[in-house]
Amino acid sequence: MSDLLGRLLGPDDPELTCDECFEHLDRYVELEVAGDDADAAIPGMRAHLEGCAACGEDYESLAALVREGDG
Amino acid sequence: MPALTVGDRMDHAVAVEPDWIEALSGEGARRDEAVTHLHALLLRAARFEIGRRRPGGGAGLEDLATQAADDALVAIMSKLHTFRGDSRFTTWAYKFALLEAGVKLRRRAWQGRELPLEEEGWERLADHRATPDAELETAELLGAVRDAIAQSLTPHQRSVLVALVLNDVPIDVLAQRLGTTRGALYKTLHDARKRLRARLADEGLAPQLVREGQAP
Repeated sequence: MSDLLGRLLGPDDPELTCDECFEHLDRYVELEVAGDDADAAIPGMRAHLEGCAACGEDYESLAALVREGDG
Repeated sequence: MPALTVGDRMDHAVAVEPDWIEALSGEGARRDEAVTHLHALLLRAARFEIGRRRPGGGAGLEDLATQAADDALVAIMSKLHTFRGDSRFTTWAYKFALLEAGVKLRRRAWQGRELPLEEEGWERLADHRATPDAELETAELLGAVRDAIAQSLTPHQRSVLVALVLNDVPIDVLAQRLGTTRGALYKTLHDARKRLRARLADEGLAPQLVREGQAP
């Protein structure tokens, strides 16, 4: 129920576009995996990943793949 | 030629970073070898994505992985000049393979399927509102959202929002059917959501209340 409302209304914060998200995704993931403040470095990325299911899946997969490679 | 082998640890990639661009931008046997090597890495990434999304496997998935790696390689070679070194080359390259594999998987799952009608999405929203254990406040918010969808959105915004959110049509599938892109459709969704939030705020449903309604 509340999840549906969240998906209908989307993130309230400013967010990147899908193209911008893809452009910065590799840097964002590496910063995050390294323990750096990825959200401060790339504002608007987190909001977009919450609002766009497809970009969110791409992010999850890249983060998992990088973590596996670093592990 | 990059000294990295498939499955090597990522930190090895850092050491060979300049070699990737140099080798792929070059000519002859060294370039061919680098391309073959890169394709193997992309195939690994595509299989990784398929394993995550389709853990049970299925017919044709290896072909899908190969096609995703092929398409990712073409995209990477055409965008090689845009690599700025903000991340390791392999991380940058992997995102192309993951994107291609993800898009192909979503489209394959919907191949030959009719998109749900807009009315089905409305019924789903009504079902949510009627859930017995729904909190009154959340039910009221959903009612206000339903009115806002009907009255404040353009027909295109409404059909995109209903398809993506209420009918769970993947954005890449809808983009393919409508002959547009993920980015263009998301812009429509973003604008529609902005209108809905503005309408709720106009009705005195402050953003704070809206956020509370979204809370788990």
